[in-house]
Amino acid sequence: MSRLDDSLGFHQTALGLRAQRQSMIASNIANADTPNYKARDIDFRTALSGALNGRVGPLALSTTAGGHVGGMAAATVPQVMYRKESQSSVDGNTVDMDAERSAMAENTLYYEASITFINGLLRTMQSAISGQ
Amino acid sequence: MSMFDVMGIASSAMHAQSKRLNTTASNLANVDSVAGPDGKPYRAKQVVFQAQQMAGAYSQGVVVTGVVESAAPLRMVYDPKNPTADKDGYVAMPNVDAVEEMTNMISASRAYQTNVEMLNTAKALLQKTLTIGSQGA
Repeated sequence: MSRLDDSLGFHQTALGLRAQRQSMIASNIANADTPNYKARDIDFRTALSGALNGRVGPLALSTTAGGHVGGMAAATVPQVMYRKESQSSVDGNTVDMDAERSAMAENTLYYEASITFINGLLRTMQSAISGQ
Repeated sequence: MSMFDVMGIASSAMHAQSKRLNTTASNLANVDSVAGPDGKPYRAKQVVFQAQQMAGAYSQGVVVTGVVESAAPLRMVYDPKNPTADKDGYVAMPNVDAVEEMTNMISASRAYQTNVEMLNTAKALLQKTLTIGSQGA
């Protein structure tokens, strides 16, 4: 069971992050005309390695003595970063439509790739189970 | 579910852009309206966009926070025969800049198109997600 989980877990995490990134790109595109909006994105490599090492989700404070107060921080990973501005505009908006469109196409492709990988893994498992 | 957030974001943007297109249409239609419902000359209107936090932590949609009237001076046209002319013979015409409105219209329709594409992409990806584990895939 753990073997199944392990092999699918990577792609599941990647798929989740791809979906999150897609929603950030959608936000950037939606706010292309909003004054003072700053385009945001995540560094996918860092986010994925962070998520795989279990650094995603609530961070708990460790309590080593009786008087310590426990606490939970909100999910902080993946770290959201502001995109570098390529051409400044008067209204303070930093959305570059070309960059966003290409990021969207790239992210879409990677999302579909992850799904293809998952399907391939499932087929492999299926044929291993049926033993034909 | 982040991919459903994309649909919410795209539809909020489409809603905002169509409001912007509406004001542009209203401005262009009233480019020569000497008097509005209040008897004063029509003033060009513009929508104000603002980013809005959506359900997902990483998603920000758009909301129209209001409609402002242009503070540009009214266009004064010399036409003493006009019944609305002032004592010097000038008629106050709307401060609509037709060129500005046309560029606004193109910008709004392009932004709308991009968001439609975003919505279609999200839909295609969700449908693809539904095929995970099916026999044919």
